[in-house]
Amino acid sequence: MAQRQSGDVILDLQKISLHFGGVKALTDISFDVREHEIRAIIGPNGAGKSSMLNVINGVYHPQEGTIVFRGKPRHEMDTYQAAKAGIARTFQNIALFKGMSVLDNIMTGRNLKIRSNFLLDAIYWGPAQREEIEHRRKVEEIIDFLEIQHIRKTPVGRLPYGFQKRVELGRALAAEPSILLLDEPMAGMNVEEKQDMCRFILDVNDQFGTTIVLIEHDMGVVMDISDRVVVLDYGKKIGDGTPDEIRNNQDVINAYLGVAH
Amino acid sequence: MQFFLEVLLGGLLTGIMYSMVALGFVLIYKASGVFNFAQGAMVFFAALTAVGLHDLGLSLWLAIPLTMLVMIVLAMAIEKIVLRPLVNQPEITLFMVTIGLTFFIEGLAQAIWGASVRKLEMGIDDVPLEYLLDTLGIAISQFDLVAAGIAFVLVAGLAMFFSKTKVGRALRAVADDHQAALSIGIPLQQIWVIVWGVAGFVALVAGLLWGARNGVQFALTFVALKALPVLILGGFTSVPGAIVGGLIIGASEKIAEVYLGPYVGGGIEGWFPYVLALLFLLARPEGLFGEKIIRRI
Amino acid sequence: MFYREAGQFKATYAEDNQIFPIRQDRIGITLILLLAFLVIPLSASPYIFSAILIPFLIFSLAALGLNILTGYAGQLSLGTAAFMAVGAFASYNFMLRLEGIPVLLAFALSGCCAAAVGIVFGLPSLRIRGFYLAASTLATQFFIVWCLTKIGWFTNYSSSGVITAQQIVIFGYAFDTPAAKYLFVLSVVSIMALLAKNMVRSNTGRSWMAIRDMDMAAEVIGFRPMRTKLLAFAVSSFYCGVAGALYAYAYLGTVEPEGFSLEMSFRILFMVIIGGIGSILGSFLGSAFIVLLPTLLNVLFHFLETELHVELPSGISSSVELMVFGALIIFFLIVEPHGLARLWQIGKEKLRLWPFPH
Ligand SMILES: Nc1ncnc2c1ncn2[C@@H]1O[C@H](COP(=O)(O)OP(=O)(O)O)[C@@H](O)[C@H]1O
Ligand SMILES: [Mg+2]
Repeated sequence: MAQRQSGDVILDLQKISLHFGGVKALTDISFDVREHEIRAIIGPNGAGKSSMLNVINGVYHPQEGTIVFRGKPRHEMDTYQAAKAGIARTFQNIALFKGMSVLDNIMTGRNLKIRSNFLLDAIYWGPAQREEIEHRRKVEEIIDFLEIQHIRKTPVGRLPYGFQKRVELGRALAAEPSILLLDEPMAGMNVEEKQDMCRFILDVNDQFGTTIVLIEHDMGVVMDISDRVVVLDYGKKIGDGTPDEIRNNQDVINAYLGVAH
Repeated sequence: MQFFLEVLLGGLLTGIMYSMVALGFVLIYKASGVFNFAQGAMVFFAALTAVGLHDLGLSLWLAIPLTMLVMIVLAMAIEKIVLRPLVNQPEITLFMVTIGLTFFIEGLAQAIWGASVRKLEMGIDDVPLEYLLDTLGIAISQFDLVAAGIAFVLVAGLAMFFSKTKVGRALRAVADDHQAALSIGIPLQQIWVIVWGVAGFVALVAGLLWGARNGVQFALTFVALKALPVLILGGFTSVPGAIVGGLIIGASEKIAEVYLGPYVGGGIEGWFPYVLALLFLLARPEGLFGEKIIRRI
Repeated sequence: MFYREAGQFKATYAEDNQIFPIRQDRIGITLILLLAFLVIPLSASPYIFSAILIPFLIFSLAALGLNILTGYAGQLSLGTAAFMAVGAFASYNFMLRLEGIPVLLAFALSGCCAAAVGIVFGLPSLRIRGFYLAASTLATQFFIVWCLTKIGWFTNYSSSGVITAQQIVIFGYAFDTPAAKYLFVLSVVSIMALLAKNMVRSNTGRSWMAIRDMDMAAEVIGFRPMRTKLLAFAVSSFYCGVAGALYAYAYLGTVEPEGFSLEMSFRILFMVIIGGIGSILGSFLGSAFIVLLPTLLNVLFHFLETELHVELPSGISSSVELMVFGALIIFFLIVEPHGLARLWQIGKEKLRLWPFPH
């Protein structure tokens, strides 16, 4: 795997702790994410990976710790601010808008870039239409990129699982994010679908320079495409480094790789 | 002070009636996750059927068990026709379907028994209890006391049913975990029929008590509207919540009507419970006794 | 054979984004509008106007309002009639207290009043959801009707609480015949339906549906739940408010709080469920259905009594009406949750393939 050009630290998580009542989801976790890199988070189920993403984009508010995003320290993120700042994500359990078509789902990803308001929308002809068309053009690019032209008018609820995952990626991409958080984008896919998804992720990273934080269970994929890996177990960080370092880390082997296979 | 006590007690006694209707809601919600808007219609239907049979010449002792039978048949029909096809649908769909059920049951009741008000004589007069009037100077209706007594027995009986019988324990299990209930060996469908049947029984008792006092009429369906704030207050899944909530709503609406009503032109009983419940809801969305839910994604 | 889109290619996104992308549909809607605006006014009887067409249109507008809130934004409301009442009383007071105010302005302002009230009563939706919200909208229903009954200022201290509505006069022309009222209502409803369609097919509509389908994901994308929900409440209440004003001015001719009952709120909800949740067309279909149903039942009962000499107890028709309403709601929610609008769509798809089933 060719070494990518990764830049400065764009996101720095310092001593994050999060608990729900008695359940400690994250304990004192620190790691950073550099611009343009693919950063993987791995760990067994319940390790706190999804919670970590939720902290990054403000769905969960940690009790302790600091989040430094683009040099600005914060105690917690807020979903709206995170979206505005260019953080987009997909979810472990597909969170598409079931009643809407593929096209409309991806169009929602453009929402922060749309200036129109409900009055202009009601009149439609004029500014609203111009904007709709302009954003539609952008969305069609994404549809082409993800190779889902043939289903663009289909309600997402009717699509097979693999396509739904792709549409969700499309919705996130539509925001033209600077950081993309992907929560198990390949879970439940067959080998072919996984290969497609890997290709998309690498292309996004390559072509748009998007920084990617990726949760994935498939070790082969993780070792292949990521630049650096964080390993969580029971809410604690037990490893952090390049795929090679992780492969040889004794704690990780004991706690995770040993258990998994 | 005596007047205040009188208002308070009167309110509490009405509140017990609300509790009873709310109880029907809680039973069904706990066991099947359905918010049964039709509970009020069931109260109306049950009372009207019992009184209708009575008017045909049957003694009350025969009419009431017969009505109970009808309520069980109704429960079975609802389970089979309405609930079974809608398993795993969103709660809001189930809620809307019970609004349809409300209209259907109300129409059915009137189609069979006519729309006129029927009187129900239970042999207890709605007059102040003389003993209390003489000793404490408080006027409390004898009828209300008897009704409260019956309601109390009913609630106690249900509590026993839930904790002591096998079926009752299965019902509680189903509320917590459908899988667990299946392992007890009672099919889910059967449990639903039982729950709706029990709710029908509660409706029958509530309907007879309300009906004996105000006549059996369409207005009975409106008690269900009073039960909603009770549930918001008490939580949808809590039997003690329904009882305490009913008492609070009953007492506070009376107090508000008597002390606040004159300043604003009266008639605030209609909405006061809602506003009270709403303010409460904003502060504590899970109700007095409900469990807190954390949203996940 | 005639309903084909073969050969109709969309060369631009603007063409693809049309309300009716298929040519036959465009011809169809044009014909319907010509019929509604030209043929019907010349041919229908006053009875048809006042007993069927005018209430149908007004309830379509109210159902449209509720559909925006419940169907598109996913917030169940049982207080529709209360917002209509606000609209009716606001119009009355604007016309009473602002000498010479144009009728259309009064109606628009009354819609805004309803929208303001809608925003206030929509506030709980930020904390609560589902039937908790439905219960809180019941509070709206009772509270508003109570206010309108008890606070004398709203009714201009009329002793009976029933007020004769002012005449609808625009540019010196009085809309006082049934046909004129029909045309007035038809114009208002057509324009507002178009505006609604435009809203739901652009970003505003997507924001509502996103909040409806998956509020957490919507938030993460940058939709703001508070704004989105309150906007839905406002726009929905605006539509209901204007419908209420039309109901009082073009249908009843009087303004009174009692008519705007919980019963009416339910009726409008039924229109939405039967017509199609989340469909503009469905609001019209549902309204037509519910407005016509009692009439059809009456005809049926009349037939049974006079032709077949069936002895029917008095008052049976209203009981049967309740049962039929209830049964239909149950039927549609189980069998076709997207209502008549979906059935219509399925029919069209069949027609598209006809005579070759796939
Ligand atoms: N909203 C929540 N409420 C309560 N507990 C939660 C919530 N979200 C996550 N948890 C708990 O936090 C822990 C970590 O969960 P999660 O982050 O989903 O793990 P992973 O994604 O690594 O499988 C688990 O024990 C889980 O039950
Ligand atoms: Mg996870």
